[in-house]
Amino acid sequence: MLMFRELEFKMAKSSTSDAQALFRSLRSAYAATPTNLKIIDLYVVYAITTAVIQVVYMGIVGSFPFNSFLAGVLSCLGTAVLAVCLRIQVNKENKEFKDLPPERAFADFVLCNLVLHLVVMNFLG
Amino acid sequence: MASRLHEGKRSDPLRHVVQRMVPNHGSIGLRALICALLSICAAASIRPISDAHRSAALDLFVPSGGLFQSLEETYEALRTFQILGVGNFSDIGPATCPVIIDNLTSPASSPKDLFDAIRVNSILECQIGSQTFKDVAEKFQDLIKSTDKLMNFYYSILGLLHVKAQGVSVVLPDAEGVFYSIKALSQNDGRWQYDSNNAESSTCAAGIALEALAGVVSLADIELVQSKIGTIKHDIVKLFDSINSYDDGTLYFEEKHIDGSEYKGPLATTASVVRGASAFAAIVSEKLNIPGDKLVGIAKFLLSVGVPSSTKDLFNQIDSLSHIENNRISIPLILSLPSTVLSLTSKDQLEVEVTTVFGSAAPPLTVNLVRASSSDVKNNPILENQELQFDTEKNVHYLDILPLKIDIGKYTLEFEISLHDPENLNTYATGGHAHSLIFLTGLVKVDKSQIGIYDTDSESSASMLKLDFFKDDKISLVANHLQKLHLSFQLFTPLGNTIKPHQAFLKLRHESKVEHIFALESSSRQYKIILDFLALVEKFYYLSGRYDIELAVGDAAMENSFLHVLGYIDLDLPEPPERASRPPSLSVDPYARFGPKQEISHIFRAPETRPPKELSLAFLAFTLVPLGGFVIGARVLVDGFHFDAQTKATFISHCFLSMSILVSVQLLTLGVNLKSFPSSSVHALFSLLFHAGIAAILLLYVLFWLKLDLFTTLKVLGLIGVFLIFVGHRTLSCLASTSAGKVKTN
Repeated sequence: MLMFRELEFKMAKSSTSDAQALFRSLRSAYAATPTNLKIIDLYVVYAITTAVIQVVYMGIVGSFPFNSFLAGVLSCLGTAVLAVCLRIQVNKENKEFKDLPPERAFADFVLCNLVLHLVVMNFLG
Repeated sequence: MASRLHEGKRSDPLRHVVQRMVPNHGSIGLRALICALLSICAAASIRPISDAHRSAALDLFVPSGGLFQSLEETYEALRTFQILGVGNFSDIGPATCPVIIDNLTSPASSPKDLFDAIRVNSILECQIGSQTFKDVAEKFQDLIKSTDKLMNFYYSILGLLHVKAQGVSVVLPDAEGVFYSIKALSQNDGRWQYDSNNAESSTCAAGIALEALAGVVSLADIELVQSKIGTIKHDIVKLFDSINSYDDGTLYFEEKHIDGSEYKGPLATTASVVRGASAFAAIVSEKLNIPGDKLVGIAKFLLSVGVPSSTKDLFNQIDSLSHIENNRISIPLILSLPSTVLSLTSKDQLEVEVTTVFGSAAPPLTVNLVRASSSDVKNNPILENQELQFDTEKNVHYLDILPLKIDIGKYTLEFEISLHDPENLNTYATGGHAHSLIFLTGLVKVDKSQIGIYDTDSESSASMLKLDFFKDDKISLVANHLQKLHLSFQLFTPLGNTIKPHQAFLKLRHESKVEHIFALESSSRQYKIILDFLALVEKFYYLSGRYDIELAVGDAAMENSFLHVLGYIDLDLPEPPERASRPPSLSVDPYARFGPKQEISHIFRAPETRPPKELSLAFLAFTLVPLGGFVIGARVLVDGFHFDAQTKATFISHCFLSMSILVSVQLLTLGVNLKSFPSSSVHALFSLLFHAGIAAILLLYVLFWLKLDLFTTLKVLGLIGVFLIFVGHRTLSCLASTSAGKVKTN
């Protein structure tokens, strides 16, 4: 029984240490990514946060001008999605988009954002 | 019109009259008699001009201080007074003459003013010098030379005629030319145009043109070609062919095209044509080819107007009738009945007058009653070919109807006039057969009237009470719902025939003012009604109690229509079941029906609850926090932990571009080069323009949200977009070239 207990303790320790090791390795791997990709990731996080704040607000006050709520949330989500697409295309390790110049991807990103925001502004009401 | 309504109702009189009578409590029989009398008065519509017209003329044409409202009205008033032989000119003359002189001498007078002034003067005969007349004549002559409008021709030609009548010699230059100009405006159907621009032809204009042409012929110093006059005669005949007619034989002229502002009714149009035709007939040598019947029809139309209530209508009526009276074609004779209701009780005689339109005596003639038929039974005439006798003192033709044994009722009479002297046929027009409607009234006798209650099974053993409608005693009856009420009586005319009156109703009225009306059925000999209370229990709303009984019998030909309260009946009806209908509530006071209605309170949808303002502003601030976080994070990532003044400044400026996430992203791509900003100024310019373009688009979106609409937004977006594409392409391509260069160097 003591052996069982010791085994348990060891396993618990190893699981937590495993989680910590995993976390540490993720962090170090992430630090290796280029800066521009990190900025795009930060931008996505910003967009999602804004969307979450809007949903919380709607949860509090109710969804009366529902079109405005949808416009706000879809603007955030849409621009997040477009940023993810940009990240895929700009990432140098992605073999599929090797021949696409990053400026071209950025121009697409800008254009799609402008169209998305035109629609969002129309729907905002 | 009232008689036609009456006739329509007679087809199903009981139902219609019941519905009409329901709200009336009062004397139903009396109302029936009044209705009948009104219908009789409408039928006797044609009477010659009488003192009623004379007094109407004095009442309508009232000058204030000797002056009427316009010279046109002055002329109408004076002419009417002159024809009817009434009115006092002594106070009109002194007040109106200065106005006339003013109009004639003023240089700004229109042709119509001059015309009105000169024709009023021809009646009033003011003191005006001949030089004034010569000036006026000259103005008219100038107008004739220069105009091509019909009304101007009319005013000037008739004005010249009046001037000539004052003794001043006038000359109509180029009479043939004027004749042609007026004739040129005529149309194929006998009508005329007012001027050559106006495409519509007008009947009124035809009358005016004929008067003008007659004036031209009388003013002309040379004899006009007879063929031209012949064409005008054909035009007149064509015009008279287009005459309209009513059912009762009256004829009138109407405009074919009804123009809203200029519309003149049939009376004015007919008067205009009559004036024109009679003026033209006066100047031609032979008679116009217009049948006398048409003139009789027109005269009947003018008389059927009755006594008009407006000055213009009265003038048109009297003036045109005076032209008809004195015309050269044929003078119509009017047959009229002084009274169309004859009473058998007072032994009236049928009297007929034949006169001219103004009531003057006619030449010796005989009136023959061709046919008299009852209005109900149209085909069998009651009388045929009765010659009326002439009473020289009263100047009427009469017929004694008592010995002819005609019963009471409504009759259509057809008369024929035959002149004694056949030569008078050229001068007078009798107008064929004249129709008239008369009522013969008399006392109706009520006989064998009885009322009683009996049980359902034993019909014969009824204890019937004799009634006398003309005594005052009231009967009282008692009945329950298993019994029946029986009422019967007989009606006889003075000649002993049975009569079917227009109205025969029995009314039962409860104490609570609820009424029920029943129509009596007529069999061959008598009128009777049987009220079966068992069947009527529900109709009576199960109300037991005392009911007053009233009987109403009435007819247009009955002189003694009556409404009698016979007595009362105590009805015992069973209790109402639960689902029985309630009696109708007392009728609402009719004046309350037009009062204000109940206020309607609208129920609006409750507006959505909105959050308090502070909460909304707080969350707005919350939303902007991630943006700040992102910008700070981006700067951190790019530059490390450098929070110097420059980054702070750029950070704040970017914060103000709240939606310009893209600007931050561009900062990244340029962030690589921020330390080494593109050296070439062209590239810097383009990148600045790129920033500016995107900022402009975002500003446009904000404006779009605030106040623009989609179309202007899209237009401006298109312009900025094109600019942006161009600039962006340049910027990114030079960025791409520099980064490619860097990669190469690396």
